[in-house]
This record gives sequence, C-alpha cells and structure tokens, in this order.
Amino acid sequence: MGTSEPKAVSGANPGEHAAHASPAVTYEAAKLGIWTFIATEVLLFGGLFTTYIVFRTKFPHMFHADYVHLNRVLGAVNTVVLICSSLTVALGIAAIRKGKQGMLRLCLVLTILLAAGFLVIKYFEWTEKFAHGLYPGTDVFFSLYFMMTGLHGLHVLAGMLVLGAVLVLAGQGRFSESYHTPVEISGLYWHFVDLVWIYLFPLFYLIG
Amino acid sequence: MKDTTADGVALTVSGDAHPRGYLEEKGFWSWVYTLDHKRIGLLYLYTTLFFFLLGGIFALLIRIKLLYPGQQIFSDHMYNVLFTLHGSVMIFLFIIPAIPSGLGNFFIPLLIGARDVAFPRINLASYWVFVAGILVILASLVRPMDTGWTFYTPYSAKTAADVTLLSFGIFLVGMSSILTGLNFLVTIHKLRAPGMTWHRFPLFIWGMYATSIIQVVATPVVGITFLLLAMERLFGVGFFDPAKGGDPVLFQHFFWFYSHPVVYVMILPAMGIISEVIPVFSRKPIFGYRAIAYSSLAIAFIGFLVWGHHMFVSGMSKTANIIFSFLTFFVAVPTAIKVFNWIATMYKGSITFESPMLYALTFIFLFTFGGLTGMFLGALATNVHAHDTYFVVAHFHYTMMGGTMMGLLAGLHYWWPKMTGRMLSEKLARAGWLLTFIGFNVTFLTQFFLGYGGMPRRWAEYPAQFQPLNIVSTAGSWILAAGILIMFVNFIRGLYTGEPAPASPWKGLTLEWQVPSPPPTENFEEIPHITNWPYGYTKRKTDGYE
Repeated sequence: MGTSEPKAVSGANPGEHAAHASPAVTYEAAKLGIWTFIATEVLLFGGLFTTYIVFRTKFPHMFHADYVHLNRVLGAVNTVVLICSSLTVALGIAAIRKGKQGMLRLCLVLTILLAAGFLVIKYFEWTEKFAHGLYPGTDVFFSLYFMMTGLHGLHVLAGMLVLGAVLVLAGQGRFSESYHTPVEISGLYWHFVDLVWIYLFPLFYLIG
Repeated sequence: MKDTTADGVALTVSGDAHPRGYLEEKGFWSWVYTLDHKRIGLLYLYTTLFFFLLGGIFALLIRIKLLYPGQQIFSDHMYNVLFTLHGSVMIFLFIIPAIPSGLGNFFIPLLIGARDVAFPRINLASYWVFVAGILVILASLVRPMDTGWTFYTPYSAKTAADVTLLSFGIFLVGMSSILTGLNFLVTIHKLRAPGMTWHRFPLFIWGMYATSIIQVVATPVVGITFLLLAMERLFGVGFFDPAKGGDPVLFQHFFWFYSHPVVYVMILPAMGIISEVIPVFSRKPIFGYRAIAYSSLAIAFIGFLVWGHHMFVSGMSKTANIIFSFLTFFVAVPTAIKVFNWIATMYKGSITFESPMLYALTFIFLFTFGGLTGMFLGALATNVHAHDTYFVVAHFHYTMMGGTMMGLLAGLHYWWPKMTGRMLSEKLARAGWLLTFIGFNVTFLTQFFLGYGGMPRRWAEYPAQFQPLNIVSTAGSWILAAGILIMFVNFIRGLYTGEPAPASPWKGLTLEWQVPSPPPTENFEEIPHITNWPYGYTKRKTDGYE
C-alpha cells in the first residue's frame, strides 16, 4: 500500500496561500477570476443573442421594417466613443506598467468621461424613440433593442463605477510598476463591455 | 502495514491554546463580517437547513391535502401555492446551495491544503447576496406564487401572483451561486498545496470542480430568463407571449437549459461526498479514481445537452426529441460508472456501518432507483405515458431526496465532528436514519405506482380510485418527518452536549482529518507537502485497526 516516507513539512510555502497570498498567486487568481466572470457575462448576453436569432429568423420582415427607425449616425458615433475608451483604458495599463501614475489617472478620467458620453448619447436615442411612440412593448424588434442596449447600458454604468473606484485608488497612489492588478482586471472588464457593443451595433443598426 | 496519509505524514495536532479553533471568536459581528471560509460555510449550512425544514413543512401540508380526493382542507389555489413554495424553497434555497455553498465552502480549502478560498471577500458577498435574494423572495409572499417552481409562460406572465419580485429574488440567488462557483474554480486551480496534482486531490474536489463549471456556465442563462420574464410583466416585452409573436416554448428551452444542468449541481457534490465516505468505511483504496473523476466532468458536459427531455410533449420536432432522448440515455453512462466503482471499492473491504456509511449506502440504493426510473422518462414512448404524472414526482424525489439529500446527510454525519468539534450520538443518528429510510420509501415508492396508474401531478383533486395509495404515501411522509426530527434533535444535541471530537474520528486520510477538530482559523499551521493520493487505506486487522 504505497506507504511513503514521512516528509518534513517545515519550509512549505505558507506564503502561497490566500490568507497571506503572494502577489504572483493573487495576480494569477484575479486573472482567472475575471476571465471566468467574463464567461458568465457572455452567457448572460448569450441568452439575448439567442433570442435575437430566434426572432430574426421568425420575423425577417419586421426586423427590416423596424431597423430604419434607428439612428445610424448616433449609433456610429457611440461605437467610435466606446472604441476610444478601450484605447484610453489600454493606454492607462501601459502607463502604470512603466510606473507613470499621472498618465494612469488621466487615462482613467478620459475613459470614464467617454463612457458617460456614450450613455448621454444613448439617452438621447432612447428619448427620441419614446417621442415616436416606440417602446419596449411595441414589437419583438423593439423589445430586443431596448433589452439588449439597456442591459449593455447597465454594464457601462457598472464599468464606470468600477473604473471610478480604481481611479480613487490610483489617486491614493496605490498602484505601481509591480502592482496594478485592479487596473488590469477592470480594464479587461471594460474591453468586454465595449466588445458587446461592437456586436450590438451591426445587429441592430446595420443589417436590416 | 500502516495507513498512509495524504501527505505521507500525520501532522502533529497542535496545541490546546484554542480548543474551539475557528469558533473561538464570539459575537454577532464576528459572523456578519467573517472572511473565514469555514464560518461562511456554516452560515450557508444553517440557512439552507432552515429552509429545508420550511420546505418540509410545505411538503407535509401537501401530503395532508392529498389524503382526500376532493377539495378538502385547502382551497385549490392554496394547494397551487403550497406546491410552488415547496418546490421553489427546496430547489433554490436548499438543495442547490446546501452542499456546494455549505459543505463545499467549509471543506474545499481544507481538502486541498489551502488557508482559504481565492477571494474571501467575494465569498462573504455571495452569502449576503444570497440573503438579499431570500428577503426579496419572502417579500413576494404577499401575493404568493401559484405557477409551480418552473414558472412556465404564458401563465407566469399573467398570474396575479408576484412573479416579478420573485424573479428578481431568484436572480440574486443565482448571482450568489455564480460567485461561489467562480470562487471555487479559481481556488481549485490556483491554491492547491504544493505537490497536490490533479490526480492527487480527493474526489470531492473533482465533484465540486465539475459543479462549479455548471454553476458558472448555466446560471447566467436562467438569470437572463428571469429578467426577461420580469420585463414581460413590467414593460409588456413579448418574447414568450404568443399574442405578441413570442414563443412560450422558448421560455421552456431557456429555463431547462439551466434547470437541467442544475440537477447535476445538486447531485455531483453529493457523489463527491459518497466517494469520500465509501473508502473510509470500507478501509480500501477507492477503486477507479480516474474513472470517477472524469465521469464527473462527463456528467457536467453531457448534462448540458439533455435539457430537451423535459419538453418531449411541448411540441419540439421529432428529430430534436430523438436526439435529446439518445443523449439522456448517454448521460446515464458516467453515472453508472460511478456506481460500479463505489461497489468495486466496497468489494472485499472491511465495511463498518457507522451513520455516514449508512447514508452513503442509502444514496447508492435510492439513487440507482431514481436513475433507472429516469430511463422510463427518457424513452420517448413511455415518456408520453408517464409525463406529468406522479411517476415524475417519484423519480425526481428518488434522485434528489434519495440522492442529493442522502449525500448531504452522509456528509453532515461524516464531517459534523470536524465542523463543530463535537460528536453526534450514533444511536440517535441510526434511529433517524432508519425512520428516514423507511419513511422515504413508503412515501415515494407508492408514487411510482400512482403515477404509472395515471395520477397526474400538480392536480389539487384526483380520481377517488387513487385514494388508498395516497393515504399510504401521506403516512410515509409522517414517518419521514419523524426521522428528520430525530436527526435534527441529534444535531442540536451534538452542538451543545456532544462528546469532544478527536481530530480524526473515522481515521480518514484526507487533509481535513489531520488538523484539530474544529480546525484553527488558518487551517494549517504549515501548508503540507503532498506526495501521495489520500486513499491509501489498508484492511482492518483483527488485532484492531485502532
């Protein structure tokens, strides 16, 4: 019965464990954690994308007749706004990797402002729809439009809060070349939020 | 020959400085703010066991109502409310979270040689999100649910009951489940003790790993489904409403895409517990370690592809029906692999029948019943006959109560000394087990006959010819309740006056038995180095193993 020799346990690495986790393990755990979280988010939106496919197949004419009501210019502007915000957050991560505190703060402020800009434009789009009597209950197309852009909008809002918290920490000088896990984690989340919009934009505004 | 321990050495059980271990610190706030996975596990366990008792009371009321074929005791509406509450409470507040969030939280770090889970704060947050979800669900009782726990549209979109609030409540409970699953996945990947490779950790960890994958992948889908249902009621969104061009069957697809895999969230951790208990009480190495480990992953994977078997009569295409039926039979294969391996483990072992082992054997016996009757339901022809009858109810209770619940009870009796530092009374435990076993079978075996004879499920009134068997079933529910009552008396007695537990009362070899009972807050004074698997049991000798 494979009895193994007793082995000295002293010198084992207590530092490898959560209560006193080493930075390397914390970093790896956080990375795996955020990717898993993004996977759950993909599945959350996945339910809506499935619904989109089902009803687009069922009512192609409705989709064609309805999509003309959407404002392509505002949609395109918002796409550019979000892509820029992805750029600024990436620049922020690049900056703190070189230890540039001020640049990180500037990038985070810009990202949050761009996100706010996105939501303002979205607000005008929605009110325009309401003014024309187009509501979530109007038909399946607008149900999908409001549900998907609405849920995405909530994620933008959540992203702003997260980036805001990171900005506060950055303001306190918590990050450095060697430690910037929260910046990277929130950055990854922000890229995901942008990516969802990259799919929403053509699905609603471009392919009728 | 001597038993080998997981790391090849029995760690010295350290000092009496803190005989109460992680329970040393007292006071309300020390629990509210705790980041200790063991305390969070206990919070989950107590909460879920409370809802088990509550759900049990609903079940007893249902059985009392079914003593009579006509409209007696409760109104038909009240009956609808009762079976909905029984199902929702038992599923969402007890059987899904009990083993993963309760025992899983407590034992995953201990079994892999870690000091805590990867994200202790997220762990605490998940508990309080769970509590928030419970409060929202309780608030919806003002206009209680009458849709059944499956919330099928279009009725759930129209009923006066507060489906909207309940949807948000379940959304929150689901969120807590996702956070827990995510935490465990990362913990198992990143925080294992040095030397604990993927083929050296206990099979409970494999079960929990597969469970976490399902929680993370399936739960968001039911989250969005309940969100859509709530939007349907709030803003007249019409995805599930035929009047608006929607499709009620789409709701069923979404619902079962989560709710079928989630039965594996319920059963896989229980199977993990059985895989721990069987070798300890047979004093034999587990047979087919890799087969049991990989079959957990196989169940998790195939389990995602069988949801359609809930909808054979909902109007899917013949092709879809045949594929789903085939896959349903297919998922039975890894399950059977586990059962055969457990039996092979016991073969020629020196088996003793302490209470954890009694429950583990009960699991194998009852779950095999449940699994085999599942074949009746997975086959297209017999499904039409048995669909929506008490046959389904009996099948479900044999797998979930006979399976998961017995697994949980095996785990509770097995790990109770470790968690609380006190022993349970073996006498009471056996009495509780005997009554539970008898009561369970009297209650639910009769329901197979009722169902095959054609008694529909969820009907408040039934043809008079079914009354005799219903009386038997209700009498069984009282025996079952008596068994569970004794069990809980034993738990509470054990908390206060149980004998102090030794570090390893069952002579188990996994890591949790090598720290004091109850474990210290930091789990391990020093993190062990692992050089072997934890199943190196040898036979009990006549000159006494102990």
